[in-house]
Amino acid sequence: MENILSILVFFPAVAGLLGFVIDKKSTRAYGVTVAAIEFFMSLWLWFAFDTANPGMQFVEIIPLIPSYGVTYYLGVDGISLFIVIMATFMTMIGMMSMSIKDDIKNMVVTLLFLEMTMVGVFVALDAIMFYLFWELSLVPMLYIIGAWGGPLRIYASIKFFLYTFTGSLVMLVGMLFMAYVYHNLTGVWSFAITDWYAMVLPLNYQLWLFAAFFIGFAIKVPMFPFHTWLPYAHGQAPTIGSVILAAVLLKMGTYGFVRFSLPMFPDASVMAITPVAFISIIMIIYTAMVAFAQKDIKQVIAYSSVSHMGIIMLGIFSMNAEGITGSVFQMLAHGIISGGLFMLVGMLYDRLHTKDMSKFGGIAAVMPKYAVIFGIFTMASVGLPLTMGFVGEFLVLLGFYKVSPVMTILAGTSIILGAVYMLTLYKKTFFGPITNDAVKKLKDLTPLELWSLVPLVLVIIWLGVYPKPVLEPIDNSVKAMLTFMHKKAITPEAKEIIEVPQTTMEVK
Amino acid sequence: MESLNLITLAPMLIAIAGGLIILILDLINDKLDKSLYVMLTLLILFIDFGAVLGLNVNERGFFDVILIDGISIVSQLLVIAGSMLFIPLALTSKRFHEFEYPEFFALFLFMIAGFQFMVASDNLILIFVGLETASLSLYTLIALHNRSNSYEAAVKYFTMGALAAGFFAMGSAVIYAMTGSIELYQVSQILSARMSGAIDPVPLIGVLGSSILLMVAFAFKLSLFPFHTWAPDVYEGASAPLAGYMSVVPKIAAFVVSIRIFGMYIDLGVEWVRDIILILAILTMTLANVMALVQQDVKRMLAYSSISHAGFIVAALALDTTEGNTAIFLYYALFMFTNLGAFAMLWISRHKVRRFNNRYDHPYEKFAGMIKIMPIGAVMMGLFMLSLAGVPPFSVFWGKIYVMQAAIDAGFVWLAIIMGLNSAIAAYYYLKLIVYMFLMDPVKDVDTVYYNISKPLMVIIGLAAVATVAAIFYIQPLISYIYYMISASGY
Repeated sequence: MENILSILVFFPAVAGLLGFVIDKKSTRAYGVTVAAIEFFMSLWLWFAFDTANPGMQFVEIIPLIPSYGVTYYLGVDGISLFIVIMATFMTMIGMMSMSIKDDIKNMVVTLLFLEMTMVGVFVALDAIMFYLFWELSLVPMLYIIGAWGGPLRIYASIKFFLYTFTGSLVMLVGMLFMAYVYHNLTGVWSFAITDWYAMVLPLNYQLWLFAAFFIGFAIKVPMFPFHTWLPYAHGQAPTIGSVILAAVLLKMGTYGFVRFSLPMFPDASVMAITPVAFISIIMIIYTAMVAFAQKDIKQVIAYSSVSHMGIIMLGIFSMNAEGITGSVFQMLAHGIISGGLFMLVGMLYDRLHTKDMSKFGGIAAVMPKYAVIFGIFTMASVGLPLTMGFVGEFLVLLGFYKVSPVMTILAGTSIILGAVYMLTLYKKTFFGPITNDAVKKLKDLTPLELWSLVPLVLVIIWLGVYPKPVLEPIDNSVKAMLTFMHKKAITPEAKEIIEVPQTTMEVK
Repeated sequence: MESLNLITLAPMLIAIAGGLIILILDLINDKLDKSLYVMLTLLILFIDFGAVLGLNVNERGFFDVILIDGISIVSQLLVIAGSMLFIPLALTSKRFHEFEYPEFFALFLFMIAGFQFMVASDNLILIFVGLETASLSLYTLIALHNRSNSYEAAVKYFTMGALAAGFFAMGSAVIYAMTGSIELYQVSQILSARMSGAIDPVPLIGVLGSSILLMVAFAFKLSLFPFHTWAPDVYEGASAPLAGYMSVVPKIAAFVVSIRIFGMYIDLGVEWVRDIILILAILTMTLANVMALVQQDVKRMLAYSSISHAGFIVAALALDTTEGNTAIFLYYALFMFTNLGAFAMLWISRHKVRRFNNRYDHPYEKFAGMIKIMPIGAVMMGLFMLSLAGVPPFSVFWGKIYVMQAAIDAGFVWLAIIMGLNSAIAAYYYLKLIVYMFLMDPVKDVDTVYYNISKPLMVIIGLAAVATVAAIFYIQPLISYIYYMISASGY
C-alpha cells in the first residue's frame, strides 16, 4: 500500500460526504466506526513504517499545477507519524465520548471533514497543500464553535477564524516568496518542502522569511501576545471542539516550526532562540499564573494548555536532539493529556451545567472512578514521572539546559506552577465538604465515558513507563534534521549552536 | 494592410445578427415566450464562442482597425462565457418584467458585440465606439428592471459613464495631438521617438495629461477609488444577476483596453503611471474592504467586495509583466463563476416587495438560519463566500496566489503583503454572511429563500459551485492557455 497516506487523508472526507445519507439516529455510531477505521489505518501506517529510516516514507508525488509548481506531495517521517496517529486517536476518542444531542449528524460530518484537514496538514510535503489543509481546518472548527458553543460562541468563532486567517496570509506571502527565490535559483517553480530544504538562503532573506512564517505559526500555537483567541475559543467551544482544538489544531503551529522554520532558516532560527525562549518563558509563567486565578474550570485547562505549549516551543528552539525530540513527544503528550482533561471537564459540565469551581467540591465522594481518572490526568499534566507528561518535559528541559541554564530553571518553574494550579483545581473540585446539593446527586461515569477515558489512561502510563517505541523514530528524524541544519547553516554561531547528534558522527 | 480579412469581424457580426434575428422574430410574432429568446441567445453565443475560438492569433483585419491578438481572443472568450452563464438566469419561476421584452435579449447581444469590438481593436476610435455601444445597451438593461431604484441606477450609471466617455475622448484627443495617430501601436512608436528626443520632443504635460484623462476614464469603468461611488448604488438597483454580470464582464473588456493603453505608457518608461495605478489599486482594495465591513445588505456587500477584487486585479495591471497580465484574466475567469454564483443566490430569493426592511432587498437577516431552511443553498452560498475570501482550494484562492506570486515576481513583495492583509480584512464580511447562514436561527419562513428558484437557476448555480470547488483540476490548462495567448500577443 504505497498510497496509504492518500487513503488516510481522503477516507474521512469521503466518509463525511456519505455521512449525509445516514439516518440521524445512526450517525454517531457511523462516526465512531469511521474514526476507528481511520485510527486503525494510521496504526497500520506505524507498523508499515520503517523506524530505522529517518527520511520521508510513503511518498506520493503527482504534479497538480506545474505552472505554479504545486504538487500533490505527501509523505511521513518520524516527526509527523505520531502526530497523525494522535490526531486520528483523539478524533476517535472524542467522537466516542461526545455528548452532543442536537444536530448530531452535522457534527459527525463536520468532524470527519476536520479529520481530513488534520491528517492532511501533517502529511503534506508541498507548501501549498499544507496551506490548503491548514486553512481548510478553520472552517469546520468555526462551525463547531459557532454552532454548538456557549453564549459568546459567534464572537469566539469569528475571533478564532480571523486571527488564524490573518496570520496564515502573511505566511502565504512568505511561501510565495520562497517559491520565487527557488525559481530564481533553479528556473523551476516549486512549492515542495523538500526542494526548499535544499536551498541555502542568505541571512537577510532567512530573517524576513522566518518572521513571515513565525506570524502564521505563532498565532496558531498560540504564542504569548497572540494567545488571546484561545481562551475564548476554549471557553465557548463544546467539549469535542476543545478536545480537537487542544489536542490537534494547536500542534499544527508547533509542527510548522519543526517542519518549516528550523530546517529552512537554520541561522535565523538560531538568532531567534533568545527572543523565542523569552516569549516561551513568559507564556509558561504568566499563563500559569493566569490559570491559577481562574474560577472557571475549563479556563484553567485552557490556560494550562498555553503554558504547556510554551514548553514545546522552548524545546523546539533548543536546537539539539533531546530538546526537539522531547518537544515532539510533548506535543503528543499534551494532545492526549489536555484532550482528556477537556473531556473530563465536559463530563462534569454535562452533569452540573456549570464550570464554576466554587460550585463543585467533594465530588470524589460521589464519583470515585471519575476522581481517580481525573487524578491520573492531573498528575500527567503536572509532569509526574512515569506518566507521559514527564518524558516530554524532562527532555525539553534537558535539551534547553545546554542552551541556557538560567532560562531552563525559569522554565522549570512550570512544573511547580503547574502543580500549584492543577492541584488547587483538584482540591477545590474533589475534596472538601459538599456544598452544592446537585453534587450529591451526581452519578459516576457511564460505561461509555469510562471506556473512552481508559485508553487515554493506558497510553499515558504506557508511554510514561516505556516511551522508546515512539521516541526512537522521532529521534531518528530529528537527528537527521539537525545534521542537515548544521551542514546548511552559514553563520558560525549557528554552526556552533546547532548540535550534531553523536550517533550520526559515529556512523561517519 | 491590404486585405479586408472579414473573418476577424465574424464574431461581432454573429452577435449583431443574432440581436437582429430576435428583433425580427418579435416583429413577426409578439406572443413568443422568453424561454425561446433565452435559448436563442444561448445558441448565438455558442456560435460566437466557436467563431472566436477559430480565429488565428495576431491577425489584423478591416483596414487594420481590428486586432485579433491573444488578449483579445481570451477576453472575448471570457466575455461570451460569462454571458452564457448569465442569460439562463432569466428563466426564473416568477415573472420579472425585463425578461418579457425581446428587446432585452437583442440589447444584450448588441452589448456583447460592443465589448468584442472594444477588446479586438487598438484603434482609439473603435474602442470608443465599442465602449459606448456596450455601455448604452447596459444602461438600458439596468433600467428595464422596472423599479424606481433601477431607473436611479441606470441614470447614475449613465451620467458617470458619459463623464468617463468624455474623459476618454479628451484623453484620446491629447494623444492624437501629440502623435497624429489613434492607432496605439503607431502612437507608441511615435511617442517613444518623441520622448527620447529623436524627433521634436513631446511636452511632458501632454504625456501627463493624456494618461491622467484616460486613467480617470478607466477608473470610472473599473470602479476604482475615488471613482467607485456609483458602483454600489448601481449594483443595488440592477437585478442581482445583472449586478453580478456587471462586476465581471464589462470589467474584463475595460481591463483589456487598460492593458493596451497603460501597458504602453509603462513600457514607454512613464513610471509614475505605474505608481498611480498602484496607489489606486491599494486604496481601492483597502477602502472598499472597509466599506464592505459596515454594509447591512448582502448585495451592497458583494458590490463593495467586487470593487475590492477589482482593486486586487488592477495591482496586477501595474506590474506590466506577462504573469501580471495572465493573472488578470485568470483571476476573472475564476472570479466569474464564484461571483455570478453568489449573485444568483441572491436572485433566487428576490421578492417583488421588500419583506424585511424598507431600505434593502437582501439584508443579512434574510439569510439567518438558512442552513435549516435550505441546507444545499446555504452550503453553496457558503462555498461561494469561502471562495471569495480566498480560502483554498476554492477557485478565487488560485487567482489570488497567482496575482500575489506575480507581484513578488516583479519585485513588489510589499504589495503582496498588502494584498494578504486585505484578504484578511475581507474574510470578515464574507464570514459574517456565513455566520448568519449557519450559526443563527431563522427569522422567516421557507418562502423567502425559495421564492424565485427554478431548474435552470439551479443548474447555473450548480455549475458555478462545481467550477468553484473543482478549480484545482482545471487550473493548469487554464493558466497554460491564457499564458500562451498573452505571451503570443507580446504583453
